[in-house]
Amino acid sequence: MEILKLTALELSAKIKAGEIKVKDAVKAALDRIKEAEPAVNSFVTIDEAGAYRQAEIIQEEIDAGRMTGLLAGVPAAVKDNLCMDGILTTCSSRILSGFRPAYTAQAVENLQKAGVVILGKTNMDEFAMGSTTETSCYGPAKNPHNTGHVPGGSSGGSCAAVAAGECFGALGSDTGGSIRQPGSFCGVVGLKPTYGTVSRYGLIAYGSSLDQIGPVTRDVSDCAAFLEAIASHDPKDSTSVERPDYHFTGALVDDVKGLRIGIPKDYMGEGLDPEVRQAVMEAAAVLKKRGAAVEMADLGLVRYAIPAYYTIAAAEASSNLERFDGVKYGYRAEDYDGLHDMYKKTRSEGFGPEVKRRILLGSFVLSSGYYDAYYLKALRTKALIKKEFDKAFEKYDLLLGPTAPTVAPKLGESLGDPLKMYLGDIYTISVNLAGLPGMTVPVGKNREGLPIGMQLIGKPFDEKTLIRAAYTYECATEKQYEEVVLDINTAAKEAE
Amino acid sequence: MTGQYETVIGLEVHIELATKTKIFCGCSTEFGGAPNIHTCPVCTGMPGALPVLNKKVVEYAVALGIATNCRITQVCRFDRKNYFYPDNPQNYQISQLYLPIARNGCVEIETPSGTKKIRIHEMHMEEDAGKLVHNEWDDTSLVDYNRSGVPLVEIVSEPDMRSADEVIAYLEKLRMIAQYLGVSDCKLQEGSMRADVNLSVRRAGTEEFGTRTEMKNLNSFKAIAHAIEGERMRQIELLEAGKEVVQETRRWDDNKEHSYAMRSKEDARDYRYFPEPDLVPVVISDQWISEIKARQPELRPEKIERYTREFDIPRYDAELLTESWKIADIFEKTVQLCGKPKKVSNWMMGEMFRLMKEKGKEPEELDFSPEHLAKLIELSDQGAISSSVAKKVFEHIFAENADPEKYVEEQGLMSVSDEGALREAVEKVIAQNPRAVADYKGGRQKAFGAIMGQSMRALKGKADPAAVTKIIREMLDAQQ
Repeated sequence: MEILKLTALELSAKIKAGEIKVKDAVKAALDRIKEAEPAVNSFVTIDEAGAYRQAEIIQEEIDAGRMTGLLAGVPAAVKDNLCMDGILTTCSSRILSGFRPAYTAQAVENLQKAGVVILGKTNMDEFAMGSTTETSCYGPAKNPHNTGHVPGGSSGGSCAAVAAGECFGALGSDTGGSIRQPGSFCGVVGLKPTYGTVSRYGLIAYGSSLDQIGPVTRDVSDCAAFLEAIASHDPKDSTSVERPDYHFTGALVDDVKGLRIGIPKDYMGEGLDPEVRQAVMEAAAVLKKRGAAVEMADLGLVRYAIPAYYTIAAAEASSNLERFDGVKYGYRAEDYDGLHDMYKKTRSEGFGPEVKRRILLGSFVLSSGYYDAYYLKALRTKALIKKEFDKAFEKYDLLLGPTAPTVAPKLGESLGDPLKMYLGDIYTISVNLAGLPGMTVPVGKNREGLPIGMQLIGKPFDEKTLIRAAYTYECATEKQYEEVVLDINTAAKEAE
Repeated sequence: MTGQYETVIGLEVHIELATKTKIFCGCSTEFGGAPNIHTCPVCTGMPGALPVLNKKVVEYAVALGIATNCRITQVCRFDRKNYFYPDNPQNYQISQLYLPIARNGCVEIETPSGTKKIRIHEMHMEEDAGKLVHNEWDDTSLVDYNRSGVPLVEIVSEPDMRSADEVIAYLEKLRMIAQYLGVSDCKLQEGSMRADVNLSVRRAGTEEFGTRTEMKNLNSFKAIAHAIEGERMRQIELLEAGKEVVQETRRWDDNKEHSYAMRSKEDARDYRYFPEPDLVPVVISDQWISEIKARQPELRPEKIERYTREFDIPRYDAELLTESWKIADIFEKTVQLCGKPKKVSNWMMGEMFRLMKEKGKEPEELDFSPEHLAKLIELSDQGAISSSVAKKVFEHIFAENADPEKYVEEQGLMSVSDEGALREAVEKVIAQNPRAVADYKGGRQKAFGAIMGQSMRALKGKADPAAVTKIIREMLDAQQ
């Protein structure tokens, strides 16, 4: 039996049945990491000793019948912007070098309580700013399907790790598409929950009003199980919402009869790669065949999402990142003359260019005299975009479209033209602005073998409809994850 | 020359709220303690930590808002004020700009020309910063975050004050309200009440305001009065010399009695305020406001009414006894214990105020327990101690919170009430002073005083004078 080919749910079932030991699952994943890392660079910290320690405890709990959860014994990874007690947590930034938090993010703690073994921290764009994982201070992560291409970002490390079979699931964070876009590029399932569903406590903030933690998994069932494990009402996060129902795996139903699905016209127009378009339309046809009512839909203000997003996210980021000043933790410049020089040098040396760009942009839009013209206007735009979605959801149960306009670009192609890179977020960003749940599901590959993702967007707090539609699609087609695991072998060989 | 100018003053007053825990985390607000002992990831600005609003802070701020006749903003919000300084761990302060908790209020102060209304522009909630400790020896600075996140309310007045006296009256009024409400102890020395003074001068009779300066670092009423006088003179001198007042922030050095420019309008910081995304808007329902109102303790005007009505004490006394919350508190507690409001009032109005003046003690510094004053009144009423002894005992209650029973016993001050002992003492005095006795018998009343005085001296003042008088008369009359 090949452990690495199993989904998280299958693996946990076998562990609980006594067929596989937790430490063997951990060893299989760690071996795979050693094999794949030179090619993918999806991990920035690997906690081998900690993983075996956790495995032992969890095995005991399972053997004693105290731990029976769906994910008990499953090895997974978390993005490097999630704090873990005593574990290096850097957001892939030099400025947080050496930072070991004294607390664990609530979402990670929830996973641990569910019996998940955390293998380590995954690579990301610095402070989640970027769409390629190339702004990381650890060097770029690579796309396991073709290591000459980026995995997407900012949760590129988490998505690449899952795609490469280095773990059975991972946590990412999504501020403007940072789970869904790399999920699409890497051919894995990724979900950004409704804002407030997963506690942000311990997530190092980028754009606080937009950030959400979510799962990256091999298939839809795992996605539902991971979401179920991490979602909770947390009094430590004032924006956390108490939901009446956290039973997301209950939505794993192979049925979309009568479901009204709208495909926003503006998501299928100019700028969209024809191969992506075709794959998404074919996926829509699958759902139609299974009984859903699918039609083209109107959704207004799509083109205003990007400027509104980059204004709001940059503004919040400029303030959120002020605490990294060399005083309390992380990097401090070596030579400086007084306090202000220390601030200047530390921040100049500690942050990379994309982070600096957004701090400057954010500081500018909040400056007195510009606040109304930019920040306030962006907030109003955000409210209008939300209204447009409300209007669409009067007619549809969910919206369907591409996750990204293209497949994964080649390494080094994006950073030179940030505006073009920002445009790649056009389909995912408005979902964050409106606080809605969004999901990416692999729907095939282009001629070069690069994955294509379909995005499903739901009403607030309606993750279950997304999961049901995605699950139905998955049942009707061939599951993608096995192929992904095989593909890495060739990629790793190529890298050698 | 200075008489031709009018001084215009507005105040920004920070009051530290007396909640048990900080505004955005569960850490203790206790003053002092080892550095960084009352801290957690939230109040030290650790990455990933999030603020959670302490509801008590809102209740205290609303109570202050109601007591100062403000309109409560029923959907209010927090904003971030961004600036870099090491005592500010996130490098932004969570404060309120766009929708502060209360607005448009006023308080009344007493001035020589009558009652005056000082308008309150707004009141907002915010977090306090930590404290920097400079180590001169190795030229380093250390940060103590114990105070970081202690809740503050900032009360911004309109420029309605015209003199240092009015400013002090306004501050005393705010302090009294806060203390009566129990929302703050308002200790200037410990920094739980701080004031920034915005001051400008203009020629008497003109409408337009002059250019103002802001003075910081004022931590006593005396410093505030000095700073106002100093700044007023500085501005007038500038204008008289044909120069202009520059809009700037100045730092008052009370030791040198001089203010220094900190930063001018040109280098005014741009705080880049924006709504705090980590906190949801605070919704204050009508019901919540009525609950807070219902819990609102009795304020001074009601207390004065009740004292005159219930305790039958003169209005003047009631006014003095309620001037400070602390004094009113001691008064009420003592009355509750001994049930003799008039006697309690007499002790406090007489001896206590005398000693406070003599020792320069502020009401907040009074630390004797009402139990001891009540006991003293009992002892005195029972005739167990004489009135002169009682006064002496009170001094010790006032100074070191002495227990009167113990003190009287230890010092042997109990009145001699044993008739035999009194007679013995008087008999001796009469026997030793035949001359005075003869004078008295000869009709010279003054001689009685001499016998009385000697008898009391012999009894070391521990006897009830009325009882001694009676015995002397009896004995002298019997001799006739």
